[in-house]
Amino acid sequence: MALSLYKEGIAGGRLSSEQYAENFSDLHPPLDHHEALVEADRCYFCYDAPCMNACPTAIDIPMFIREIATGNPLGSAKTIFDQNILGGMCARVCPTETLCEEACVRETAEGKPVQIGRLQRYATDVAMEEGKQFYQRAKATGRKIAVVGAGPAGLAAAHRLARHGHEVTVLEARPKSGGLNEYGIAAYKSTDEFAQAEVDYVTAIGGIAIENGKALGRDYQLSDLVKTYDAVFLGMGLGGVNALRADGEDANGVANAVDFISELRQASDLAGLPVGRRVVVIGGGMTAIDAAVQSKLLGAEEVTICYRRGQEHMNASEFEQDLAAANGVTIRHWMQPKRVIAEGGKVSGIELEYTALDGDKLKGTGETLTLVVDQVFKAIGQSFVPVALNGSGAAIELEGGRIKVDGEGRTSMAKVWAGGDCVVDGREDLTVAAVAAGRDAAESIHRTLIG
Amino acid sequence: MADIRNNFVGIKSPNPFWLASAPPTDKAYNVERAYKAGWGGVVWKTLGEEGPPVVNVNGPRYGAIWGADRRLLGLNNIELITDRQLQLNLQEMKQVKKNWPDRALIASIMVPCEEASWKAILPLVEETGADGIELNFGCPHGMSERGMGAAVGQVPEYIEMVVRWCKQYTRMPVITKLTPNVTDIRKPARAAHAGGTDAVSLINTVNSITSVNLDTFSPEPSIDGKGSHGGYCGPAVKPMALHMVAEIARDPETRGLPISGIGGVTTWRDAAEFLALGAGNVQVCTAAMTYGFKVVQEMISGLSNWMDEKGHRSLDDIIGRATPNVTDWQYLNLNYIAKAHIDQDACIKCGRCHIACEDTSHQAITAMVDGARHFEVMEDECVGCNLCVNVCPVEGCITMVPLEVGALDQRTGKTVSPDYANWTTHPNNPMARQAAE
Repeated sequence: MALSLYKEGIAGGRLSSEQYAENFSDLHPPLDHHEALVEADRCYFCYDAPCMNACPTAIDIPMFIREIATGNPLGSAKTIFDQNILGGMCARVCPTETLCEEACVRETAEGKPVQIGRLQRYATDVAMEEGKQFYQRAKATGRKIAVVGAGPAGLAAAHRLARHGHEVTVLEARPKSGGLNEYGIAAYKSTDEFAQAEVDYVTAIGGIAIENGKALGRDYQLSDLVKTYDAVFLGMGLGGVNALRADGEDANGVANAVDFISELRQASDLAGLPVGRRVVVIGGGMTAIDAAVQSKLLGAEEVTICYRRGQEHMNASEFEQDLAAANGVTIRHWMQPKRVIAEGGKVSGIELEYTALDGDKLKGTGETLTLVVDQVFKAIGQSFVPVALNGSGAAIELEGGRIKVDGEGRTSMAKVWAGGDCVVDGREDLTVAAVAAGRDAAESIHRTLIG
Repeated sequence: MADIRNNFVGIKSPNPFWLASAPPTDKAYNVERAYKAGWGGVVWKTLGEEGPPVVNVNGPRYGAIWGADRRLLGLNNIELITDRQLQLNLQEMKQVKKNWPDRALIASIMVPCEEASWKAILPLVEETGADGIELNFGCPHGMSERGMGAAVGQVPEYIEMVVRWCKQYTRMPVITKLTPNVTDIRKPARAAHAGGTDAVSLINTVNSITSVNLDTFSPEPSIDGKGSHGGYCGPAVKPMALHMVAEIARDPETRGLPISGIGGVTTWRDAAEFLALGAGNVQVCTAAMTYGFKVVQEMISGLSNWMDEKGHRSLDDIIGRATPNVTDWQYLNLNYIAKAHIDQDACIKCGRCHIACEDTSHQAITAMVDGARHFEVMEDECVGCNLCVNVCPVEGCITMVPLEVGALDQRTGKTVSPDYANWTTHPNNPMARQAAE
């Protein structure tokens, strides 16, 4: 075993199949019935609850917890789904430690918040396992709406529109639906094909047709959609990955963290997924953590996250940072990539430069450090790729490189709404924020079409 | 070190914590375990008359209600008196008393309401060396249908009659155990007193149905789909028990009558409260049935430490200390004015004080101040009702602060009077008596 663990370079099969299974099992195992009741009992049922206000989808958290406590998990699930039809995935992937659980008064009182995320998972699991559908579609309106992207924003919009009686067609570029839930989240946060199960649960309301393999700008144009449909919702997320802007970054062995995460999620056999013996991840967000931790779990010997600013500036939550540390990932701060060193076209090292703040400006100090490395993952942010939009010949106003929308999710183009990571709207780039944006845009579309 | 030795109607025990007559005191095995754990006394589970013993149901005997984290708050039972042979109980009692001479051993008795029955059993019990007897006039289920237990306790004349027989046929101290299932607890206490009882003990259990099974529509505990009322006990009944103890302690007709306090005693604090209201000792059951006999050790050390801290040297220093402070509503000082105060450092901003006040009381607590979540009492609206204190999850965060004499009550616009004034002299009272000159 040890021999395969220390294979040089980028290689697969570092672990036994049992180890792979163990490493990629559920990060937060579900609460059983008793655990859920004990935890639910801790909720104080606050007035105008801080947790609820901290939730981007404003789920009535005290109510759903009370419903768990009183033996009414289906009522609880409905309370959740009323606000967030992807409540099952959000229960798994939300950084609750910076949202509802950070706001929990028990965090204030005793530094130990009610485990809202796990309770939400408990209730939604009960409903989804029963296949319980809470919503019936309103009478058909005869309106047709196109949704671009079957990610959290698109699915939330599609469900809400379908509820209102509209016919929804979701156009998804990838072979599977779910967006980042399917392709962009660490495997141990969404086990047992949950993303797919959730897509099925959401679309079971009816009136939602998903067409996979349909990419905007390649297979169809926005101008076509506007002609064919009564309204369009754009929820295509971010297609681009920011470059390191370091010398030699096109060497073999330098990859996008998002691609690595996606491959891992889609891998049928984790042993077949090669990973470096020594890995460096550049970045300081959730993607960096997901890539680093999973590299480690795949058997990498040394995994280092390099982030150009301090710990307090990292986008990854404290919980995520601790998770990385607990898995043996080293996080180094105040360090930026300067040069990727390659031998025979393959990455063999990375030269990093120490950084410091000069006033508000981050500057390299000139001092450098070289790490021996087989694989480098870039996780310094994603960007919106507007080509698909512009290629449609229709002008949609952008702002800061993303689609500009108003408070209701309307773009500058008539009949077109947008939401999720592809827009700039003051919401964070989170699954739960995308759900809120999709849901709210759907309500705006409905109001506009029906009045 | 405080002296917590107890002398109750001449019955001595190393502490005032007795186990009440109930399943924990069913036989020598349990009783010896209890003494080992430190219990000062035991009231042996109720003995019946000689002959075939009673039979119990063979399904569930207990029902319960719970608080958060399934903490047991109230327990109800439909168990009857001992279902063991009288002779076996008597033999065991005799041996146990011999083994544990420093502990109190009381025999609880329930026989038919006939003089011959009492006359027959008392010498048998006396022969065991038991320190006293307790008359079970409280059991509210099963036995009461046969004219015993609460059926006697609800008729003062019967109580007096049976107590007289007992005083006549035994030299042992007689403790009369009262049922709370009456409208005025003073009546049975007065009757027991008139009959010559040495003490009363209360409360026995309260008539209750703990819950209904919503699948079968049977009351719980359910015996083959049916249920009958049981006797309710545990922390939930403590307030009712405290009230009844106080009523007897302050009743001019029974003042000075020793009381053994029973009803939801779970911690040393509960015990201290019963003593303060006039109980000479306490009896415990549900706490032991929930946590085992060891809980008595917390009670002993807690009571002792509190007494040391307050400078109380013996139980006599605390027994009845709160009794004079129990009065009728009409004598409460209407010039006493308190306002709730929220300690902002302790506040965790759950907002329960606000919503309780806003929805159900006096709209006297803010939710938002200058755009920020902030809970503060508006003194011009606060009537001092104490609801916010009771719903706050943080102990000591909200307190009731009395206004000083001469301070302005912002709600009424009046200054606080130094005088005591109650309803009997209040101008709004049509029955108001003329204030003394």
